[in-house]
Amino acid sequence: MSSSQSQQAVKMGFATRLLVYGILLIVAIFYLLPLYIMIVNSLKPLVEIQQGNMLSLPHEWTVAAWSSAWSTAQIGVEPTGLKPYFLNSLLMVVPAVFIATMLGALNGYVLTKWRFRGSEIIFAMMLLSCFIPFQIVIIPSARLLGLAGLSGTIAGLVAIHTVYGLGFTTLFFRNFYEAFPTELVRAAQMDGARFFQTFWRILLPNSGPIIVVTVIWQFTNIWNDFLFGASFSDADSQPMTVALNNLVNSSTGVKEYNVHFAGAILAALPTLLVYILSGRYFVRGLMAGSVKG
Amino acid sequence: MSFLNIQNLSKNYGTVPVLKNISLEIEEGGFLVLVGPSGCGKSTLLNTIAGLEAINEGTITISAKDVSQLHPSERDIAMVFQSYALYPNMTVAGNISFGMEMRGVPRDERDRSVKQVSDLLQIGHLLNRKPGQLSGGQRQRVAMGRALVRKPQVFLFDEPLSNLDAKLRVDMRTEIKRLHQRLKTTIVYVTHDQVEAMTLATKIAVLKDGVLQQFGSPAEIYNDPINMFVADFMGSPAMNLLKGKMSVTGGKTQLMLGQNEERCVSIDLKQTSAALKIYKDKDVIFGIRPEALTDFASASYNGASIVKVNCLIEVVEPAGSDTFAITKLGGKEVVARLRADANVQAGQYSDLAFNLDKAVFFDPTSQLRIA
Repeated sequence: MSSSQSQQAVKMGFATRLLVYGILLIVAIFYLLPLYIMIVNSLKPLVEIQQGNMLSLPHEWTVAAWSSAWSTAQIGVEPTGLKPYFLNSLLMVVPAVFIATMLGALNGYVLTKWRFRGSEIIFAMMLLSCFIPFQIVIIPSARLLGLAGLSGTIAGLVAIHTVYGLGFTTLFFRNFYEAFPTELVRAAQMDGARFFQTFWRILLPNSGPIIVVTVIWQFTNIWNDFLFGASFSDADSQPMTVALNNLVNSSTGVKEYNVHFAGAILAALPTLLVYILSGRYFVRGLMAGSVKG
Repeated sequence: MSFLNIQNLSKNYGTVPVLKNISLEIEEGGFLVLVGPSGCGKSTLLNTIAGLEAINEGTITISAKDVSQLHPSERDIAMVFQSYALYPNMTVAGNISFGMEMRGVPRDERDRSVKQVSDLLQIGHLLNRKPGQLSGGQRQRVAMGRALVRKPQVFLFDEPLSNLDAKLRVDMRTEIKRLHQRLKTTIVYVTHDQVEAMTLATKIAVLKDGVLQQFGSPAEIYNDPINMFVADFMGSPAMNLLKGKMSVTGGKTQLMLGQNEERCVSIDLKQTSAALKIYKDKDVIFGIRPEALTDFASASYNGASIVKVNCLIEVVEPAGSDTFAITKLGGKEVVARLRADANVQAGQYSDLAFNLDKAVFFDPTSQLRIA
């Protein structure tokens, strides 16, 4: 396999390779350009940007824009920077991801290993929730949150993101557990493990790859969500995305592009971090050796 | 009093019956093998004994206690699965002691039991490894260790050797037998391999389409098959089953093999039972195992009913220990088992000895044994 691949690589002429890598390079530069502009300009004083050299490196390197975006910039009416909203987002994302992932895993476990009459219909209905555009459910959701006394709170946002994440997390875990050897569950039953013991001790520890996939998916979606954040939060419970919008749209005085760039990067940082930290667990075959091999 | 007793057990999946009114029993310390082709219900039967599948009718008693409705963990049984089903996230020691942990056995006692079992199975050096780092044979041992450590009243084995290569399979088969002789625990063992069934069992149950065909000792199953299915299924190479016609002329009973007149072979039956005589001038199925159809040197002379037939040998297959000769009798292919150095050649006629003491007869329509 590998030898035939290297032979093919040898056969590909130098010119062809140059062409292929040349195109790849151009495309990569094209896609990295916005990131470059953001980083470079966030490290410039505002005057340099106003002179109009977006692509050039800063003459005078400064992190003033970053600290301003983080702690002093005007968000709406308060000069608080993005810091409190960053915290809001964390307080919203972490519980929402955790709860939706756990419930999804539990759903997947029941739907595959404890099938009951109508379980397929329930799964189909949960799947349907993946295809409902969020805009449709905003008014009913607002009403429900109001009835529950959760409107305008972070807990309300956690609840709404958990509910709308369940469709996907259930789908992920259900498909993963479908291929999970039933004999392992049976062996645990014979060993005397009951419903939750089997789940905690056998299913979950062997769900590494799908947990990573689910966490990345949920984290990215919830962190980047603007619609629910804008609809269901108060001034003191706004997530990062809404605050960023307020920062950029605060129209008093000059547009501080360097601060906006820094704020946008800050807002994107956590999702990037999640990818970098957990991406390597994707490839690990955690199921190796459980059954015949 | 039998130890494991299954009475009138039936199981359906919806409207599809998979086990039909099965009754079996095995004495304490016995080795019961459930054998049959795939889809015959043998694994389902094992799962119902384990309690992993509910039954629709009947009872299962272990040591005079009705366990039909009990949870698998309360039946005092342990199971070795076909895929071994080792928990991949736990070490070998963790796998073996998981059941005790679930039952709240204190740690030092758990460690003691794990050590005992790992010494017995010679897996002591593997205790800290994960299943992924073990070879097939080692996984098999760990799976057995997990069952052994519980000291159950009954062991259940679900095709435990089918994932091993041929040589290891034979080794592990011997090991299971040795283990059984040593521990003297009752075992129920599922396999589709009739050699495994013959070598291991004290009692064999042959199943087909959810119906128990025959239940008896390996010798009974092999020598006195109750119908054509059992005769054909047990034994390798399979029993030769040939259609023939009975005729009685002048007190001499003859069996004509083959319908086509010129290729007809007639065999004198020296002793015939009353049951067989009823089939005078009727078709019967004549069954003879390859080892009862051999060269004269290997035919046992204390068997009185040796009949000589001159046959055209079509193919010779030397297998080292024996030579298999394939010939045609009455137009149908027949396998004979000869000495390794038997002087036969393809394309030539040779005399073959039929040991009629070992021959069996079946009714062609009901497929049941006549004599």
